[in-house]
Amino acid sequence: MANEIPTKIVINCSTGVREVLELTQAEIDEREAMAIQSEADRVADEEAATAKAEAKASGVAKLAELGLTAEEISAITGA
Amino acid sequence: MQAIETVTVGSGGVASITFSSIPDTFTDLFIKLSLRGTSTSIYPRPMLYQFNGSTTGYSARTLVAANALTPASYSLTTMTSNSLTGGRLADGWIAPSNATASTFSNADWYIPNYKSSAAKSHSLDAVAENNSPNPWAAEIVAGLWTGTDPISSILISIADSMSFAEHSTATLYGILAGSDGTTTVT
Repeated sequence: MANEIPTKIVINCSTGVREVLELTQAEIDEREAMAIQSEADRVADEEAATAKAEAKASGVAKLAELGLTAEEISAITGA
Repeated sequence: MQAIETVTVGSGGVASITFSSIPDTFTDLFIKLSLRGTSTSIYPRPMLYQFNGSTTGYSARTLVAANALTPASYSLTTMTSNSLTGGRLADGWIAPSNATASTFSNADWYIPNYKSSAAKSHSLDAVAENNSPNPWAAEIVAGLWTGTDPISSILISIADSMSFAEHSTATLYGILAGSDGTTTVT
């Protein structure tokens, strides 16, 4: 399936004619570039989410070291 | 409510599905979707859509309930995928290829007054039918397209330049108002 040319379906709702059209090489190239970019964006999003979670955990730990109770920390951070 | 056309995706998948030359003989449009993507992802994926081939004028707000998230609300505008730019529906509901085997995410998409000369509202009720490894998600979306031409074509595609997997289906229905102004079932 990896070597198949990607396609798109177009249905004319007035005539019922269905066409399965192969993507052009330009569309395929752009699609592949977008897929690479999407994966890079996904990885970046995951890393950002992880960093945010770690920063939050670190902040909560520091608040605890200052003597705040768990209830007080939860009230401040929502954690 | 009358079925206008149904698409069932064949072997190899398709990057997009377009309903063109939609008859102007109905009052509202309704689309039933059963979709799955061809690539892996850690989350269910959003759908891209175009009305009349337009790349602009899309906005939406979605309410998301998912097992990995606190219920949340997000604003949506446009997205780009498969060499296309269009509206984004929604945060993420289409099962990727590593979702539970043989599961297809489902959605009901309602487009009232599609022939209106004003901006078009629409709504989507979607659920990711998925148990593992990715979280399930359910979404309700209120959308707006600022185009003022009657909707004569609708294109759908999927994020990350995936394709819709084999056996995915999309059915376009037309709904007709009766003489008293209410919609009827035929």
